[in-house]
Amino acid sequence: MAKRRDFIKVSALGLGGATLGIPLISSLAKTTLEETRGDYQSMKRTPTYCEVCFWKCAGWVYKNDEGKIWKITGNDEDQHCNGRFCPRGTGGVGMYNDEDRLKTPLIRSEKDGQQTFREASWDEALSYIAKKLKVIAEEHGPECTALFTHGSGGKYFGNLLKAFGSTNITAPSYAQCRGPREVGFIATFGEGVESPERTDIRDARCLVLIGSHLGENMHNGQVQEMSDALDKGANIITVDPRYSTVASKSKFWLPIKPATDLALLLAWIHVIIDEGLYDQDYVKKYTFGFEYLKEHVKNMTPEWAYGITTIKPEIIRETAREMGHASPSVIVHPGRHVTWYGDDTQRLRAVAILNALLGSWGRRGGFYRPETASVPSYPHPPYPEPKRNWRDAFPGQYQLADLALASGICDATIPTVTRDCSFKAWIVNGTNLIETLPNQKNTLEAIKSLELLVVVDTMPMEITGWADVILPECTYLERYDLVRTSPHRKPQIALRMPAVEPKNNTKPAYWIARELSKKMGLADHFPHEKLEDLLDWQLKQMGSSLEEMKKIGVKTFDREYDDLFFLPDEDIEFFTNTGKIELYSSALEAEGFDPMPKYTPHEEPQEGYYRLIYGRAPMHTFSRTSNNPNLTDLMDENKVWINPKVAKEWGLENDQLIHLLNQDGIRSKFPIKVRITERIRWDSVYMVHGFGHDQRKMSRCYGKGASDTNLISRVHIDPVMGGTGMRGNFVTFQLDAEEVKS
Amino acid sequence: MRYAMAIDTKKCVGCSDCVVACQTENNVPIGYCRDWVTEITDGTYPQLELEIRSERCNHCENSPCVRCCPTGASHYSDGGIVTVTHNKCIGCGACITSCPYDARYSHPDGYVDKCTFCIHRTQKGLQPACVSTCPTKCMYFGDLDDPKSEVSLVLKKRKWKTLIPEAGTDPHVYYLI
Amino acid sequence: MREEIIVSGRMNPNIDPHLHIWHWQIPLYLFLGGLAAGLLFFAAYFIIQGKEDKYPAATKLATLVVPFLLILGLFALFLDLKHKLYFWRLYTTIRLESPMGWGAWTLMIITPISMIWAALNVRTFFPNWKWPFKFLDDLESFFLKYKKVLAWVTIFYALILGVYTGILFSAFNARPLWNTSILGPLFLVSGMSTAAALIILLSRSKEERFMFAKIDLVLIGIELFLITHMFMGFLASTQVQIEAARLFLGGPYTAVFWVFVVGLGLVVPAILEFFEIIKIKIPAVIPAILVLIGGLLLRFIIANAGQFSRWLY
Ligand SMILES: Nc1nc2c(c(=O)[nH]1)N[C@H]1C(S)=C(S)[C@@H](COP(=O)(O)OP(=O)(O)OC[C@H]3O[C@@H](n4cnc5c(=O)[nH]c(N)nc54)[C@H](O)[C@@H]3O)O[C@H]1N2
Ligand SMILES: Nc1nc2c(c(=O)[nH]1)N[C@H]1C(S)=C(S)[C@@H](COP(=O)(O)OP(=O)(O)OC[C@H]3O[C@@H](n4cnc5c(=O)[nH]c(N)nc54)[C@H](O)[C@@H]3O)O[C@H]1N2
Ligand code: SF4
Ligand code: SF4
Ligand code: SF4
Ligand code: SF4
Ligand code: SF4
Ligand SMILES: [Mo]
Repeated sequence: MAKRRDFIKVSALGLGGATLGIPLISSLAKTTLEETRGDYQSMKRTPTYCEVCFWKCAGWVYKNDEGKIWKITGNDEDQHCNGRFCPRGTGGVGMYNDEDRLKTPLIRSEKDGQQTFREASWDEALSYIAKKLKVIAEEHGPECTALFTHGSGGKYFGNLLKAFGSTNITAPSYAQCRGPREVGFIATFGEGVESPERTDIRDARCLVLIGSHLGENMHNGQVQEMSDALDKGANIITVDPRYSTVASKSKFWLPIKPATDLALLLAWIHVIIDEGLYDQDYVKKYTFGFEYLKEHVKNMTPEWAYGITTIKPEIIRETAREMGHASPSVIVHPGRHVTWYGDDTQRLRAVAILNALLGSWGRRGGFYRPETASVPSYPHPPYPEPKRNWRDAFPGQYQLADLALASGICDATIPTVTRDCSFKAWIVNGTNLIETLPNQKNTLEAIKSLELLVVVDTMPMEITGWADVILPECTYLERYDLVRTSPHRKPQIALRMPAVEPKNNTKPAYWIARELSKKMGLADHFPHEKLEDLLDWQLKQMGSSLEEMKKIGVKTFDREYDDLFFLPDEDIEFFTNTGKIELYSSALEAEGFDPMPKYTPHEEPQEGYYRLIYGRAPMHTFSRTSNNPNLTDLMDENKVWINPKVAKEWGLENDQLIHLLNQDGIRSKFPIKVRITERIRWDSVYMVHGFGHDQRKMSRCYGKGASDTNLISRVHIDPVMGGTGMRGNFVTFQLDAEEVKS
Repeated sequence: MRYAMAIDTKKCVGCSDCVVACQTENNVPIGYCRDWVTEITDGTYPQLELEIRSERCNHCENSPCVRCCPTGASHYSDGGIVTVTHNKCIGCGACITSCPYDARYSHPDGYVDKCTFCIHRTQKGLQPACVSTCPTKCMYFGDLDDPKSEVSLVLKKRKWKTLIPEAGTDPHVYYLI
Repeated sequence: MREEIIVSGRMNPNIDPHLHIWHWQIPLYLFLGGLAAGLLFFAAYFIIQGKEDKYPAATKLATLVVPFLLILGLFALFLDLKHKLYFWRLYTTIRLESPMGWGAWTLMIITPISMIWAALNVRTFFPNWKWPFKFLDDLESFFLKYKKVLAWVTIFYALILGVYTGILFSAFNARPLWNTSILGPLFLVSGMSTAAALIILLSRSKEERFMFAKIDLVLIGIELFLITHMFMGFLASTQVQIEAARLFLGGPYTAVFWVFVVGLGLVVPAILEFFEIIKIKIPAVIPAILVLIGGLLLRFIIANAGQFSRWLY
């Protein structure tokens, strides 16, 4: 029987925490410079890699004489950051200092007929979870459990879940983020773009950004390299309905009508083929299906695209030539958050094709071949073979998805007549699903049909309010984690170690997972009592040691082969069915999809409605930083960007509070301030994702701004891989808003 | 020696890393700042221009804040850096109102504070915190009297402006345009 | 459309959305300073003229009030200081370029002078007054002897103080509204006008009240002239000063300034005083009180609006 689960504000706990806040912050800020700074070179510093976003820059944590964290800076050796953190990483201290953090395990319980949280010991909380999971495994099978994770802790909980008998491990960074890009590129080149993106931006002569708003999207290495490229005279072409920061740095800004990018891309392909601007040798040697493509785009002229995109034909031609002349040192950037309109895999296919024609894949100033340092895994007992996995809920669908779909598992949690087992338990680690998955109603319905929801988090985010058990993790500044190893120009590893002891009763994810494994009888999957022991073992296998890594933080290895870029005339076998770069995709065709992308029109806003588009602010990461004292100090709310013409029509003024109402009659939970700016089209409004929190326990961000997720009730699922297109929502304004009191 | 800073508005993305870096480096209390970022948009969609500037004390050569300080707490330090001696400052606020750039603030501890060009770092040959963290590397710092310093070179190469030149303060922060 | 925003930082409540470092303390300090300067000026002037008996309120009673006004003013200044323990630092340096420093030193000199005047007049009101020490008696006779010299010195410093109350603002090039040489004379005249008003309030002699109503009428006339002149100057000047003037010509300060300062603080009392002069009976306290309130408001508004006004860049 599904049990009803109500939302509890963690503040229902009412434990004095909030009152501690203000004095703490002010005492923190007190110290004056000359007295406390001391000689900085003699300061104690410890290595870390940043967890404020998933670029994972490696850096140093400095402490002051009192042993308090003072500042965080980049590690010069690190390829992800080159010694320079982004604002969020620099402000990472706020993660640790935030007095609103979760402090101790909490268990949902009933008191006077009301659901509430009670404080629990770790032992009690973990026993509770182990017991529940056991019952679920007996009644439904262990494969009815799933892990949602975003962040380092996922490895440990993943290990635990696999040992338990479930492979349903998912991250919102796939079906809500870069999934279509990976699938589109795998279908074309046999390989994905991966993270960090394998773009050789610093040497590019032409960089094409389609919606990818670098500079606001603050993925560090890319922003740095873009700046380097600008220094070297590279030209940027930005396609965005909004005058983004990078649009202002671009030689060409194409103020495209939203949802029509695919038409522009096809027109570009048309011009590049038509005018012979493509890399002829490259195309001949490496690609499959050129003639089909040529035929396919024959009528997709700039004039055709003009009617769709509102971009003038001569601009389309001029920009295509700009790319052609820079070829092969040109990057048509694949973007990252690409789940926009539901035909995203096909749009990204067009991007991949364009890159293939320009010969940029595998070329300097285009896409390099990354190499990852391989960290040996410690031998572990075999995992049981699960009877089912999430794919069984979608027979015949999403075969090309190379990772599990967070939204898919969420949907499959809601019981239906035909499904023989929907999900009964979720472990949610480091992802605020309420604000992360579109269609909140659906998410809540899934959550309400669960028998167990365990949330591992550092902050009392929305998701914690729905948990049965909340496990407070310490922040990345207070723990070890597995070494960072990621694809890059050179194989490289980075260490994260605690700079300070965990605050309150919080614990690292490794410890939590291991303790839980003991209670579940799966302890042999966690042979190391301390993560340090495993790290030391791994590092020694790699010719380093924990000792050494503590001193240097980052270690770079040589590439196995000197093959960052294709050699002239190198023969290459691509991991596709044809062994070639597939301009014509045999894999898509086999699954019954268009082998070459086609443009289909998307719905447009009705009179009085505006397309809701969203993006990033450079000083915040999703919803995770919105209560960070240092970063809220920079920006503490989002505003809705409205074109002056529209504002005039509605009689809006700057900073006026309004509510947004979407096409399904959903009204933003909180009012949002108006920002009247020429930087947005008249048919759209724009807001930064991650605000409008409704958890009072987060004292700085409660009720500040509005949540875009709130208004994204219509989702356009990508039929190829199940990505959730989120930009097909429209909003109108309600002017009766009042200030929120927190 | 004349320290100066040049900031490339063509590269600055307005990320505000310089602001947080300064805040942590210099223990600037939450709610206050020594530097900030302004964005100026001109034009009508889609004919637009955007200038982004990271701003701070200009370390004016002819600085009204030093002139108006009744105690001498505000003064020129080595290299023309304008600094405030905390235990000479009475917190009268005159310098705050005297600065056309609003670059100073009243520290909750009473004295007036502002950008020091990270004198504690520059004296050791390090770059100011904001300069050393800026992800776009759009800030240059150095000695104007040294023709080979990064600032001198970039000022020679590029077009630049200073803020409110008509105020006659002779700023030492330059904006590359 | 031009959009100019600060995207981060500067959440400092003292600076944004507009500078607000000087609250009520500084304008009060300036008001009291101006008032004291005016009182001392009149006292000294009529003493030099030998009209002590004709204008007893101005030359005697008022001098008793002045030290209190100055001390109160200094106390307001002290309250404005955010780093109070270091107050003494004001007197370890002489910085002629700093109006703040200038003012501090002027007050340092004029306050004791005002006390001497008070001491010289104390027996007029407390006939049984006795100095506790002999040397004080000696001092008293010394100053009585050189009363005229002292009066000249007083006039000199009173003018400095009066002008200073305006210069403190006008020295700030950074605030376009303050950046006019008219503020010095304007505040001086306004200070004298409030002093005249206070004397009217203190005086029991019809003749004296009549005299000071006449003086005040002239002063108000000058003030109105200076204000008009100031705005004309702004409007003929740079964009930022035009913007500054707009604060009063349609902007947020328009109503308070024109209704309360100019209307009720200057024009109405002027009319009432004119009636008095042409012998139409009205209670003399009304225009006097209006002038005092107007003078106080003038300083508050100029202080506040000045911090509002800024360079555009
Ligand atoms: N409406 C809308 N939805 C979106 C997006 C959007 O732009 N708009 N973007 C999409 C994209 S691209 C992505 S990648 C996803 C990202 O989605 P998420 O990864 O879910 O992002 P956050 O909302 O930041 O949630 C992160 C959670 O991790 C917690 N956390 C932070 N540090 C730690 C830690 O050290 N340990 C643990 N255990 N928890 C921690 C935070 O408190 C927070 O609850 O969202 C997607 N969803
Ligand atoms: N500061 C910061 N940086 C981040 C993150 C963060 O949270 N904060 N998150 C990171 C993550 S996980 C991701 S996935 C990336 C996401 O970063 P990107 O991939 O760059 O982001 P998108 O959300 O795809 O792009 C947002 C831009 O798309 C534009 N846009 C909207 N609709 C359309 C359209 O129809 N066509 C076109 N051409 N443009 C359109 C918007 O105006 C906006 O400028 O950012 C990463 N970097
Ligand atoms: S890009 Fe910024 S937030 Fe992300 S890991 Fe690097 S420093 Fe941290
Ligand atoms: S850190 Fe650099 S790019 Fe970012 S706002 Fe400051 S100056 Fe601009
Ligand atoms: S910018 Fe302002 S604070 Fe800095 S030196 Fe110039 S006047 Fe002084
Ligand atoms: S506040 Fe301090 S530094 Fe500023 S003028 Fe007054 S004494 Fe000088
Ligand atoms: S130079 Fe130093 S004090 Fe000045 S803004 Fe930069 S970091 Fe702050
Ligand atoms: Mo993402």
